[in-house]
Amino acid sequence: MTWLPVALLAVPLLGAALLLVPATAGRLRLIGLLVSGLTLALAVLLAVFFEYGQAARLQFAVDVPWIPSLGLRFHLGIDGISLPLVVLTALLTFLCFVYLCWSPGHLPDRARALVFTLLVLEVGMLGTFLALDLLLFFVFFEVVLIPMYFVIAIWGGQGRRAAAVKFILYTLLGSVVLLLGLLLIWAQTGTLDIVALTQAHGSGLSRSVQIVAFVAVGLGLAVKTPMWPLHTWLPDAHTEAPTVGSVLLAGVLLKMGTYGFARIAIPVLPEGAAAVAPWLGAFAVVGIVYGSLACLAQTDLKRMIAYSSIGHMGFVLLGFATLTPVGVNGALFANVAHGLITGLLFFLAGGVKERYGTADMPTIGGGMLTRYPHLGSLLTFACIASLGLPGLAGFWGEMLALLGAFQPAPGLSRPLFLAFMVIGGLGAVLTAAYFLTMLSRVTHGRRTAPRPGAGVPVLDEGGQASPAAALDEGGRATSEGTGVTAVREGGQAVPTAADVRRYELVAWVPLVVLTLVFGLWPKALLSLTTPAVQILLGGAS
Amino acid sequence: MSRTFVDAFPLLVILLPFLAAFAGLLLSRWPRHLRPSSDTAGPRAAGDTVAEGADGTTAPRGADARANRRAAWFAVLPSAVSAVLACWLAASQGFAFFQRLSPYSAEGPAASATARAGSTYGVIETGGVPISLTLQADELSSVLAILVTLVALAVQIYSIGYLKDDPRYPSYSAFISLFTSAMLLVVYAGDLLVLYVGWEIMGLCSYLLIGHWWEDRANSRAAVKAFLVTRLGDVGFLFGIFVLGLSAGSFRIDDVIAKVPELPTATVVAATMLLLAGVAGKSAQVPLHTWLPDAMAGPTPISALIHAATMVAAGIFLVARLFPVFLAAPPTLDVLAVLAALGMLGAALAALAQDDLKRVLAYSTVSQLAYMAAALAAGSDTAAIFHLLTHGAFKALLFLCAGVVIHHVGSNLMNQMGGLRRELPVTFVTMTIGFAALMGLPPASGFFSKDGVLLATEQALGAGRLTDAAALLLYACALATVAVTGAYAARAWLRTFFGQVRVVALPEPEPGTAHIVDTREAPASMLGPVVLLAVPALGLGVLGLDHVSWGTAAISVALALLGAGIVYAVWRGDPLADPARLLGPLRVPCERAFYVDTVYGALFVRPVLALARAVVRTDDTVVDGAVRGSGRTAQGASGLLRLAQNGNVQLYVSGLLAGVLLIAVGAVVFG
Repeated sequence: MTWLPVALLAVPLLGAALLLVPATAGRLRLIGLLVSGLTLALAVLLAVFFEYGQAARLQFAVDVPWIPSLGLRFHLGIDGISLPLVVLTALLTFLCFVYLCWSPGHLPDRARALVFTLLVLEVGMLGTFLALDLLLFFVFFEVVLIPMYFVIAIWGGQGRRAAAVKFILYTLLGSVVLLLGLLLIWAQTGTLDIVALTQAHGSGLSRSVQIVAFVAVGLGLAVKTPMWPLHTWLPDAHTEAPTVGSVLLAGVLLKMGTYGFARIAIPVLPEGAAAVAPWLGAFAVVGIVYGSLACLAQTDLKRMIAYSSIGHMGFVLLGFATLTPVGVNGALFANVAHGLITGLLFFLAGGVKERYGTADMPTIGGGMLTRYPHLGSLLTFACIASLGLPGLAGFWGEMLALLGAFQPAPGLSRPLFLAFMVIGGLGAVLTAAYFLTMLSRVTHGRRTAPRPGAGVPVLDEGGQASPAAALDEGGRATSEGTGVTAVREGGQAVPTAADVRRYELVAWVPLVVLTLVFGLWPKALLSLTTPAVQILLGGAS
Repeated sequence: MSRTFVDAFPLLVILLPFLAAFAGLLLSRWPRHLRPSSDTAGPRAAGDTVAEGADGTTAPRGADARANRRAAWFAVLPSAVSAVLACWLAASQGFAFFQRLSPYSAEGPAASATARAGSTYGVIETGGVPISLTLQADELSSVLAILVTLVALAVQIYSIGYLKDDPRYPSYSAFISLFTSAMLLVVYAGDLLVLYVGWEIMGLCSYLLIGHWWEDRANSRAAVKAFLVTRLGDVGFLFGIFVLGLSAGSFRIDDVIAKVPELPTATVVAATMLLLAGVAGKSAQVPLHTWLPDAMAGPTPISALIHAATMVAAGIFLVARLFPVFLAAPPTLDVLAVLAALGMLGAALAALAQDDLKRVLAYSTVSQLAYMAAALAAGSDTAAIFHLLTHGAFKALLFLCAGVVIHHVGSNLMNQMGGLRRELPVTFVTMTIGFAALMGLPPASGFFSKDGVLLATEQALGAGRLTDAAALLLYACALATVAVTGAYAARAWLRTFFGQVRVVALPEPEPGTAHIVDTREAPASMLGPVVLLAVPALGLGVLGLDHVSWGTAAISVALALLGAGIVYAVWRGDPLADPARLLGPLRVPCERAFYVDTVYGALFVRPVLALARAVVRTDDTVVDGAVRGSGRTAQGASGLLRLAQNGNVQLYVSGLLAGVLLIAVGAVVFG
């Protein structure tokens, strides 16, 4: 079964290559759905044939020389840490294609390029989680940046150019530091093989080298995660990116940073990790509180969800910083949960923006539960999941991260981590505060009536909705048959879009279901990660 | 009857309402895909398939009615089965709780020797202390489960009538089912983290149901407030669980209790203090009580179920569940005693000054919960739980009766009520029973349970478990509160059912109030549960008949009658005026509940919001400003470098050669 990881990478790559043929332009929807669906099927196959009794062992390993002169190997494999992320990546990409290709409306401009870009992006994301060679990891890590840059810069919102440039410069700068750290490890140990390095567990690396390497690698990964105060690329990128871009950015790209901590930084550099952990924890809890406070004062829905990611990623980093099996387990759980829930949140925010023409909360007004009861209900569900309600996926990761901080690894200062735990707990209250305030503002209340006599064709779809957009909306809906009807209200035609449409439901329901499943049966994920985490922390604790 | 058969009961009792919640949410309008009719003001949501055609206004009504009927079946049937199973389970254990219903035992709770039902459904490895998915039904949980399932059933039936025309009834009843399931999980949980899961889901349901009429922003705000205040306490609660679980090496309640004697006192005190935060949040105790009166924005059946009988009692239940742990931490009991003493008297005084009937009952709930906390602090968990049971019955009854009254009058305000005993004879009788139980008048149930609580506080005076000052404060406040309780209960009773009938022009019903029906008395689906609940509210006390301390009881009844008598005298003087005027200058502070909300707003809410705005500003100017600044610096530096890029090929070639030379020299020197 070792062909599976290779196939996982080859299928989207071949799909992308196929799109270079101009004749495919007419079948974009089919190709996108088929290729990403096939990739998802392969990922599911991987999950089916995975030996759960040996979740700590690297399975489906492929190990062939790639550039022998550099000792570079094409080494792929899966264990309990990467399996959930691989499946999550394949799933989210597929759902993005469902959202994009199943929709009855027109595909966006330059659709062929978009499908191509997304498939290349998928190769990079999957590769990052499969790679077991430091340089291979770095290559895939970088492959992701370019397509994401184009996704933001071409298909983004009004300020897309600046956001995309900021995104690429910031993350590239981080990558340079990451590369330096990886090269330092290579120079000192003479190997790039992650498996060998993990087994060595830091032996052969002096403490000072480990610290320098951890700081370098950690900085590179922290930009991607993002860790406060290296986060400022994220709100802009999220706000400007198109819906599928935001979903993949939040759902998968941020996970690559945290995955790097679990796969490389902590197991390979245990002493460096122990030395830097208090700092990591401190930045993490500052991020939790800072992100939550920033959310509380946001007026833009997408920007708020973006800042909420900073808070949630703070919990993930706090879990890693404890260096305990519980904490790292929590971090990995929170990682996956965040991918599901925030992916869903961005889908929903995209749906809101499409219907109201804006994501600005004061403009949206209120009463979404009256106008779009299903959309409002789904938004409520996603927010409640995101604020960490027990019984939904968001809870377990955060709870375990806090539990880890209650009793950090030996050698770490307990009072310091207790303080982190308390701050993190207060951050959880603030998280609930901003989500519920947002729900109260947007979904509750009476629906805002259109302001009469405001000159421009007042759409209560939101002030910015251009007539052309409304027309497009109308045309799309008529072709669908149920979509949009114009209703007279206050003497003016007010187009009202449909509540959740079928293709949206198909794209969103899997995320809802998985959020419920992992929330009610956390064992499904924890039994995968627990043995792997023990190996990972083997010599540290 | 085999043992394993009964062992599955706790799971079944929890699972049935849980599944009912999903069925109610997803299947009520399926497969016809019937959408709720939108509000009257706005246009119908497009895409609403039933809205098409000219009869768009009539078709959804029928569809709503069908969906509501189906949802009602989903709601009532599983609740009923759960109630039967819960009773069966308790019966199979012989209602063991009542056998040790001694109001006060010097040795603390007797070690229970009765058989337990329940089993462990797997263990979740966390990498550290594992979480065991254990459900257990011992004497305490079995009895409480009966209360939960029966009140839930009564409320579900009552709601069918109360929310007859509400298009959102399916989601409403589903949330009640989910709540029932969560509360039962708390009751049956054998592991602290499993308990925490149920604990938080209850909070969510409370949020969703308080905000049921979310068109009104005030209701929405009340819901958010309730969730946030309880969640603040819950963070402490979670940390308390961490302390207990990690020091005992297990989150299982049995293991924790078994380990307590070995734990250092400081650990136990820290753990119980943290748990107390969660208890204060959930059970609306001082200083986290402010959410409960606002929570009355929800539909009245919700107030009866969640905010009177069950969820708010969960905190008391938790202390009783972990009572050996709390007994090992005397400082925590002192704190609990002081909080209870302040809470019971303060809330009772606040209740005396409210004009909103539901807010009277809400403050009364805070006060009565403080009684239970007082019994716990005094060392008698049985007295606390007995009062919890009777209070669950009579307060749910009072709320459901209040619902009938509000339904009839169309307003929550008592100054629009009066003389209702002729129009609502059944409600008058049942509500009188409820008020008698609240005041602690014999033979209603409250008399017996309150007597148990008072006896416990009295005996705590010399027992040495509490410090003397705390015990004395507790006893004095408990007695004073009996009198105030008599006063506010009498006031509410008189102003609702006696005096002249107010003829008030009824306004258009707001979404915050129920629809007005013009029948003389409420429909049978509402009166049935009311009468059903009146039975235990009146008769449950006999279980404590053997343990009554008649001396204490005499003082208590005398005090209650004294309070009621004063109010009666004032009221007779001028039946139209509010007897609350006897509070004099205290009246306004009491009505505003001693300005606690205002203080919290100034101390916490506004600073946090200001801080949030400051963070956004900082993020834009400082953190991101640094990034943009470095970007500009880089551009400036590149401007310097651009001088070299002048397009002169000769210069480039010279530079290239110089570079090659440098590398070659370097290779020779260092290589």
